[in-house]
Amino acid sequence: MEERRAGLVPPGRAPGPQFVNEPAPPLIERLRAWDSAAVSEVIEFRGELTLVVPREQLRRVCGFLRGQPGLEFDFLSDVSVMDRFPLEPRFELNYQLLSISTRQSLRLRVRLHGSDPLVDTVTTVWPAAEWHEREAFDLFGVRFAGHPDLRRILMPENWEGHPLRKDYPVEGFR
Amino acid sequence: MTTTVQTPAGSAETMVLNMGPQHPSTHGVLRVVLELDGETVVKARPEIGYLHTGIEKSCEALTYSQAITLTDRIDYLAPLSNNLGYCLAVEKLLDLQPPQRAQYIRVLLTELTRIGSHLVWLGTHAMDLGAMSVMLYCFREREEILKIFEMVSGQRMMTSYFRIGGLAAEPPPGWLDRVQRFVEVFPSRLQEYEQLLTANSIWRLRTVGIGVLDARDAVALGVSGPTLRAAGVAYDVRKFFPYSSYEEFDFDVPTRTESDCYARYLVRLAEMRESLKIVRQAMDKIPPAGPIQAEAPGIVPPQRERMKTEMEALIYHFKIFTEGFAPPPGEVYQRIESPRGEQGWFVASNGSANPCRVRVRAPSFVHLQALPKLAEGSLVADLIACIGTIDIVLGEVDR
Repeated sequence: MEERRAGLVPPGRAPGPQFVNEPAPPLIERLRAWDSAAVSEVIEFRGELTLVVPREQLRRVCGFLRGQPGLEFDFLSDVSVMDRFPLEPRFELNYQLLSISTRQSLRLRVRLHGSDPLVDTVTTVWPAAEWHEREAFDLFGVRFAGHPDLRRILMPENWEGHPLRKDYPVEGFR
Repeated sequence: MTTTVQTPAGSAETMVLNMGPQHPSTHGVLRVVLELDGETVVKARPEIGYLHTGIEKSCEALTYSQAITLTDRIDYLAPLSNNLGYCLAVEKLLDLQPPQRAQYIRVLLTELTRIGSHLVWLGTHAMDLGAMSVMLYCFREREEILKIFEMVSGQRMMTSYFRIGGLAAEPPPGWLDRVQRFVEVFPSRLQEYEQLLTANSIWRLRTVGIGVLDARDAVALGVSGPTLRAAGVAYDVRKFFPYSSYEEFDFDVPTRTESDCYARYLVRLAEMRESLKIVRQAMDKIPPAGPIQAEAPGIVPPQRERMKTEMEALIYHFKIFTEGFAPPPGEVYQRIESPRGEQGWFVASNGSANPCRVRVRAPSFVHLQALPKLAEGSLVADLIACIGTIDIVLGEVDR
């Protein structure tokens, strides 16, 4: 009821958790129909859908997911990084997306090599990404091409190293 | 965290002023670098990191159960919400379902946490804006909630009461009577606050039309919780992605459309009433007796009684506390509706007994990012109202 008053639920559809934890095959088909190279791998674990996206495609895919009617992933919850050191590609970036109008949740993943941890920024798609990407840069040393203000955010500006990397000791370098 | 302040070029007209990191109304060690034209804020730049303790990194060196104690310290005004989010994430990794009774008790306690957190917010926010007495009343009620927490967990604030697979211990007899007393008294107290503030002309002058963040900007900036709902978007994780049996509870999601500080105040007050509704329902639902921990040997430590009498239980006890347990490799993202908004827990396992990565999507962190949007163009005094109204906890911002 509240959703309808706010004009967020199209009339004729009962509000309620309808797509909770359900994978949405049409979504992958739509993405593949739009560009067959957009998704390189589909992972499903515990009812959560993860799409692995090639690094070069990330910003295009994000723009598509946000802008297409029926997908409308307008809410970027989180950008998190995971370090799989010593495996390569060691960095995994996870973009946690949410569509408020369709109540779908989705995770995009980009894999980056330790030798060149660079990916396009998504701040042009979701302004919310700005601080998340700064944090990823600060703590993991992942760089974002086109980011408006890529500075350290949590650590002091003269800090050396990226503390959440797996090869950075918990006690810090001595 | 940037320590140097650069004066912007061509700034003959404007002045750069440091607010914080010790300013009492910044709710912790927040620093905002302001560019002022007279008393108008031209640019506000929050600088964070003064409270960064590396909780996410520390979790990687602990076992899954040990990490619970660190989660208390993230959002220190809502420790039980943090416990819940983390436990749900690990339970999802393990594909483990806690018993129904434990789930209801979890719901009851997290809703009390929400009320307690909103009370601190209301008290400090009102004090920032000059209404000192509200703070005293709010802390009086919060004390009652903390006493309930102390009763069940032995701790007022750093509870660590929710454990993977259920609860730490059976709540003591008579705890529900204490909750009952609180539930009976609280509605009239809530009315008192409303009488103090809602129609108060000073309060209205300080909040109505101040710090407007419309729905479009709020969604684009990732703002959630009461701050988003005051802009008319009814996104509540408890309704969108129900967890811990929230789908069985009947409650509304209050929204407003004015999206100013006053609307956020009204939404949070209405939310306290809804939480009270949930607490009442949970009290009826909780069975008087029953298991509070899942049947999962090797993950849930055996009860002390059994540990002392059964060989097998003793072995499990030893194994859990020395080497921990190893969930299957994989990653999960668990959202919960914390008092501040969507709190997300990204927990990754690589098949060992220590989490490979624990990441917290902190609503306070995201909300602080929206502060310039709220405050730029307003007066310095209104900036204080804006900081209060997005309800940040610096422990959660910096982690």
